[in-house]
Amino acid sequence: MKLVNRKRRTARRYFLDRLVRYSVYFLCGVAILPLFFIFGFIFSKGITILDWEFLTSLPKSIGESGGGVVNAITGSLYLVGIAASVAIPLGVAAGTYLSEYRGSKLANILGQAVDVLNGVPSIVIGLVVYELVVLPMGGFSAISGGIALGMIMIPVITRSTEETLKMLPKSLKEASLALGASYATTVLRVVLPAGLTGIITGILVSLARVAGETAPLLFTAFGNPFVNLDPLKPVSSLPALIFNYAVSPYEDWHRLAWGSACVLLLGILALNLFSRWLSRRYRWY
Amino acid sequence: MNKVLNFDTGFVWSMRLMALLVIGLVVAVGYVLVQGSSEAFQKFGLSFITGREWDPIMGSYGSLPFIVGSLLTAFLALLISIPFSMSIALYLGEFANKGKISAIFTSLVELLAGIPSVIYGFWALFYLVPVVRWIQERLDIPPIGVGIFSAALILAIMIIPFSASIAREVIRMVPVGLKEAAYALGATRLEVIKDVVLPVGKSGIFAGIMLALGRALGETMAVTMVIGNNNIMPDSLFSPANTIASLLANEFAEADSSLYVSSLVGLGLVLFVMTALINFLGKMLIRRLSK
Repeated sequence: MKLVNRKRRTARRYFLDRLVRYSVYFLCGVAILPLFFIFGFIFSKGITILDWEFLTSLPKSIGESGGGVVNAITGSLYLVGIAASVAIPLGVAAGTYLSEYRGSKLANILGQAVDVLNGVPSIVIGLVVYELVVLPMGGFSAISGGIALGMIMIPVITRSTEETLKMLPKSLKEASLALGASYATTVLRVVLPAGLTGIITGILVSLARVAGETAPLLFTAFGNPFVNLDPLKPVSSLPALIFNYAVSPYEDWHRLAWGSACVLLLGILALNLFSRWLSRRYRWY
Repeated sequence: MNKVLNFDTGFVWSMRLMALLVIGLVVAVGYVLVQGSSEAFQKFGLSFITGREWDPIMGSYGSLPFIVGSLLTAFLALLISIPFSMSIALYLGEFANKGKISAIFTSLVELLAGIPSVIYGFWALFYLVPVVRWIQERLDIPPIGVGIFSAALILAIMIIPFSASIAREVIRMVPVGLKEAAYALGATRLEVIKDVVLPVGKSGIFAGIMLALGRALGETMAVTMVIGNNNIMPDSLFSPANTIASLLANEFAEADSSLYVSSLVGLGLVLFVMTALINFLGKMLIRRLSK
């Protein structure tokens, strides 16, 4: 009698085990479904719209079909360029500092500050840049949008630089110092080049992240129906254009939004794939 | 020799300067938010937070509907996402932590994390909202489609990768010896997970959930596009509402009076404090775990 009971219990345990395993598989499958839906949706709607005209002409006014989003494409590239030139020097320097002066007081404060900055919602970054840059300069501008995106990039670059440099063998630095190289030379010519792949990967990842940011641009770069390369004037961007056109009631604008979403997704995908290839191909340490 | 020394000290100081600049940036964020919102807080005091009336035309600014909206969507999203993110974490951390399928699945989840918010919103607007509308018709609720529930759904999809990736790392960190000991005693995999993996990793898993909550609170674009943008207190899970972030996205560019701007900046401050607190708690938990 007891034996039967035990057998039954064992069967129940195995059954439960299998049940949970299959529900885990099932939930994993369901969780990944939106990815296929979203890519399917964007590409099936967007890919047919992509042509030379779409990439090189300006949006037409309501009612006219056709037109393109060259203003948003150039604007996005321009904004990301400004952001990169703001964030790369600061981020790499801060990351190097965190790794070189591990445990020092300033490094601890810097680490906390970077964590806080990383957690600030992007819309709040937009608010702050509006108050700090847009108001004093008297209007929406490309430069303020670039600064907002740069502030989002800084923590990402800082952390990835720090992680990369931390992994470098200590002997590398010691060898350089033992040969009589100064500290600055050691950092600039030995430490940073050795970690270059990791640093560049981090930069690419942060670029992919800010390329799709919309919220901080709403009241900094704002938007512009024309191609603009003046840093003091408002500029359009792909994500902002998608937002504005997607919530509009016009079918022609939805079309432009689909195409833009397609371009944006392809760009971000390319950046991610490139960074992954780079880190696999050229990681020395 | 002297020249070398000078170059060195110059280099160290310029690095220090860059570090200080980054710290200064964060201080500036806090300062601008406090300074910018002082007018609203001086005028309304605590009723800025507890007031239920948001009416820019009448000049009354109470932000409770948006605080409630933010918390409601974020927690609902969290609730929806937990079974899925825990499944992914268990699958990648325990069932298949090596091999080709696991690698492919990891990249897919990373891909999900890389999709921009505005594209999530775009998709949700054209696909998720009609689905919600269909559900509402079946439930005999006015089929508006947009509202808190739609926003929470899209948010849940967006935060799954975050809590999953942290929980996965934690589950992988559970010592193999502990698990093997349980297996040796005849435990099934479920029993190992339930009695060894989860108890050992619970604070880390909780930390991952906290960080996902922080993200959900600050998420703007996708929420703005599907929440319905309604400035009154939400009275059901389906009612159109606004979160702090979506209100800022909608109204900041057109705020005309200084009290209006100041009130919006005050909401930014509230959002900043909420997310900073949640992130800080999550990070503390992770740090305690890795010690």
